[in-house]
Amino acid sequence: MKPAPFDYYAPATMGEVLALLREHGDAAKLLAGGQSLVPMLNMRLARPGVLIDLNRVAGLTGIRQEGDTLVIGAMTRHAEVERSELVARLQPLLTEAIAQVGHIQIRNRGTIGGSLVHADPSAELPAVLAALGGSVRVAGPAGVREVAAEDLFLMFFTTSLQPDEVLTEVRLPVLPARTGWAFEEVARRHGDFAIVGVAVTLTVADQRATKADDLVITGCRIALTGVGMTPVRAAAAEALLVGRPPSQAMLAEAAAAFRAEIEPDTDIHATADFRRHLAGVLTERALGRALQRAAERGGGR
Amino acid sequence: MKVTVAVNGTYYTREVEPRLLLSDFLRHELGLTGTHVGCEHGVCGACTVLVDGQAVRSCLTFAVQMDGAAVTTVEGLTPAEGELHPLQEAFREAHGLQCGFCTAGFLMTLVPYLAEHPNPSEAEIREALSGNICRCTGYQNIVKAVQLAAAKGGGR
Repeated sequence: MKPAPFDYYAPATMGEVLALLREHGDAAKLLAGGQSLVPMLNMRLARPGVLIDLNRVAGLTGIRQEGDTLVIGAMTRHAEVERSELVARLQPLLTEAIAQVGHIQIRNRGTIGGSLVHADPSAELPAVLAALGGSVRVAGPAGVREVAAEDLFLMFFTTSLQPDEVLTEVRLPVLPARTGWAFEEVARRHGDFAIVGVAVTLTVADQRATKADDLVITGCRIALTGVGMTPVRAAAAEALLVGRPPSQAMLAEAAAAFRAEIEPDTDIHATADFRRHLAGVLTERALGRALQRAAERGGGR
Repeated sequence: MKVTVAVNGTYYTREVEPRLLLSDFLRHELGLTGTHVGCEHGVCGACTVLVDGQAVRSCLTFAVQMDGAAVTTVEGLTPAEGELHPLQEAFREAHGLQCGFCTAGFLMTLVPYLAEHPNPSEAEIREALSGNICRCTGYQNIVKAVQLAAAKGGGR
């Protein structure tokens, strides 16, 4: 259980990182928090010849607001995001989901960018990015480009980033007014990757100005982890809900529609049937909690 | 590669291979065998140490990454041989260990936790120690030890 030998670099700037990637190509692997990569190195499932450590690169950490966008540096640790009052105020779905990533020792070291580019099909954060319709900024030889959530995840453990590119920033839209959120997951053991997890936001409006508690759903976004190669958006369920008055029966109908739509795989952790069942139950539960929060949250943030 | 790291307040400089894990650095280079190595892939929590005050898994960190960092191991909890940290005292009093293999990891997870949360509920304690595995106690007496330490002043 020891890693195979590798050359180690700890560059201080993004320019040096990109130069190292250009020099070493496919032989190089980027080291962020290491909470997924180092186990793979220890078990020799991965044997890169070169490790480029991002931990000393300037400008990759921090949390800030840019207008209607919450911006988080790729090397910001899970624990910092979890404790951030700014994140809790602007995008509480992330606060709720990130507390379920690993254990505290993992979250003290693991990074938000690392979790996303690792693209584990059972990970929490890719589903959050997909549900929120967020994006990431990526630095490469041709400069910086922005990649939308739907274009980021290609398949198991694979993103659309090129070998000579580096994720630098995660960008999430600020939660709109009158929007509720919820993240639900079931894992075999506490702190494990989810068997199935679901991230939801739900926006409501008053149907008639005179009758305040007569609500209509004006927006809904649902993304699941653990039911496919990448985060899976529940587009049919979302379409079913938008424009209709919310009710528990409606939420159940949407969850059932989604359950029928997905085709999860059977693996050592769970059967396809069990995953489908969990997806339905968790989606309905998450929609219910999101609706309650949306109804409670008046205008403003 | 050369690495200089402060461990329990003492600076050490060593020439190490980049692939040397922090856990093996502590045990084999510095002889600090209080840090135990269990699963070596970040699941069991036995190797937990503090890096700049925060609990991390030393089997998922390379020694070369620790250049300039301050590491605290279980040996650093007490100033002198023979003395016990209040949390260690509580573990002894409440029978929070049997074989003791996992104990250092539990202590190093819980010391910063109690500093931040001096009066945790039982549910919060169980959440806090969920990243550490114990195969002997069934956790019951570990939870009691943490409650005891908290009652006596936050384990500090």
